[in-house]
Amino acid sequence: MTELTVPAQAGEPAVESGPMVRAEQVHKSFGPIEVLKGIDLEVRSGEVCCLLGPSGSGKSTFLRCINHLEKINAGRIWVDGDLIGYRERGGKLHEMRESDVAAQRRAIGMVFQRFNLFPHMTALQNVAEAPVLLGREKKATARERAAALLERVGLGDKIGNYPSQLSGGQQQRVAIARALAMQPKLMLFDEPTSALDPELVGEVLDVMKDLARDGMTMIVVTHEIGFAREVGDSLVFMDDGVVVESGVPREVIANPRHDRTKAFLAKVL
Amino acid sequence: MPVETDSPERARPEPIRAVPVRHPGRWVAVAVIGVLVAMFVHLLVTNKAFNWSFMVDEMFRPPIMAGVRGSIALLLTAMLIGIVLGVVIAVMRLSENPILRGVAWAYTWFFRAVPRLVLAILFGNLGILWARIEFGLPFDRQIGALFGVDDFEARLFGFSAVDILTGFVAGMLALGLSEAAYMAEIVRAGIQSVDEGQTEAAQALGMKRSQILRRIVLPQAMRVIVPPTGNETIAMLKDTSLVAFVPVSMELFFQLRAVGSRTFQVFPMLVAATIWYLLLTSVLLVGQYYLERHFSKGVRRSGRARTRLRGVAAESGGTTGKAGGA
Ligand SMILES: Nc1ncnc2c1ncn2[C@@H]1O[C@H](COP(=O)(O)OP(=O)(O)O)[C@@H](O)[C@H]1O
Ligand SMILES: [Mg+2]
Repeated sequence: MTELTVPAQAGEPAVESGPMVRAEQVHKSFGPIEVLKGIDLEVRSGEVCCLLGPSGSGKSTFLRCINHLEKINAGRIWVDGDLIGYRERGGKLHEMRESDVAAQRRAIGMVFQRFNLFPHMTALQNVAEAPVLLGREKKATARERAAALLERVGLGDKIGNYPSQLSGGQQQRVAIARALAMQPKLMLFDEPTSALDPELVGEVLDVMKDLARDGMTMIVVTHEIGFAREVGDSLVFMDDGVVVESGVPREVIANPRHDRTKAFLAKVL
Repeated sequence: MPVETDSPERARPEPIRAVPVRHPGRWVAVAVIGVLVAMFVHLLVTNKAFNWSFMVDEMFRPPIMAGVRGSIALLLTAMLIGIVLGVVIAVMRLSENPILRGVAWAYTWFFRAVPRLVLAILFGNLGILWARIEFGLPFDRQIGALFGVDDFEARLFGFSAVDILTGFVAGMLALGLSEAAYMAEIVRAGIQSVDEGQTEAAQALGMKRSQILRRIVLPQAMRVIVPPTGNETIAMLKDTSLVAFVPVSMELFFQLRAVGSRTFQVFPMLVAATIWYLLLTSVLLVGQYYLERHFSKGVRRSGRARTRLRGVAAESGGTTGKAGGA
């Protein structure tokens, strides 16, 4: 049983046509160590939010809280107006059943640093697997759409390849196509280019830019300052489990107000 | 002074023709082994106790072939029970529910502790415990007594224990239940060998635990599970001879021994048994080779990576067509 401390503003009803993601006072501990110490964040529909911060500051953990891969200890997260992981009934929070959590996750795509493609399936099977297994689509239509998605990320000629036969950049693009196959409302990227050889970073960022242009709501943990400045609508700088500062990427990068932001930017720029 | 005509295009150096290192030890070993093999063949051919013609006449007769079929049936059913139940117990062992974990642990503990021979004899004698095996409300008499009804019985159907616990079923259960304990450990190791990121990626796509296990984790665990399962199957083939003590008569070793003691030709029949088990094991080894090859699909192995890739390039379009497994 997870105990949930109800934050002060908890009485408010979930906003109907509000932001795509709304996080309020999110706390998360692993044992005695508090990793997230009250994160507040809002991401509008269609916005690209870049999350920056030093290693160990809790960026991955926060991302994983958004799709309930981690249970939060206090606070609330809403995605498109739905409270994540819990149901509120009579002023009390009830844990959701596994199938309901799974249903919520289908609307949220996630891309991992280490790709995590299914190695026993071809690129096409990787992309078509979830829609077929979850009864979204018939096998034939799912495979057609998977092929189209792979075409879109520039891998139309690699649909029959196993992940071990693809470069890192190609694998990450398959992973993006796999997440898109569930037609998510929101995409979470956890350092999608950090495991790539430098010359392969561009091809993945290009796919992400393309996605942003199409109006996908995205939260991107990245060290690619160029990407944040060019594509990001907002930039959030995290350190030690708190949001240190946030704003328009160009301004934050040019004139960081906090010393911690300055120190971090000095290192990555 | 350097020769000028040489400098723009240097002549290819002479290929190396070195004298290879000699290995005298190898020749000594070959000689020793050669002599031993010759002695062994001489023994096989000249010693009358082998009685080859009698053995070859007897070892394919109908009762022996029935024994072979019985042993194979026992092998298949026991391994089927072992694998299916083994997967269930492995999943219980890894579950978050402490009761399921405890039950799985106790099961494994019991069936790994008791020797198969003892289990086989024990199951052969279970008829002593119950004359009949019945299905219905448990503790029906006691519940009836509680409400003041004598002889209250809520039983749906039943069998006579002697009918159901025939030698074959008893042997099959003894071997299968014992195998499940070993398979559970193998399957557990296999599941744990799969990268945690696989489960997370599948969860993030919205799959449920059972779907992740079936479609993502188990297929990858197979690469780790199949080789030791092959060994288990071969060990099981040999252990089918234990059910002779249940007793089961439709079994290879029982039949061969029966011929041996009837004709007083015990030794040729033991040799026949050796040959039969060698034959059957060889067949299993071929099956294991193909299974392992199937489940290493998509995995790059250092030595074979290049050959694999070349094969894939040759197939090119063909692999796409094969992708229908989804
Ligand atoms: N499952 C876990 N158990 C214990 N500690 C964890 C776990 N996951 C992350 N942490 C800790 O939480 C902190 C934040 O980690 P993380 O969110 O991965 O940071 P970032 O992604 O910003 O580098 C780190 O100190 C890390 O050691
Ligand atoms: Mg991280």
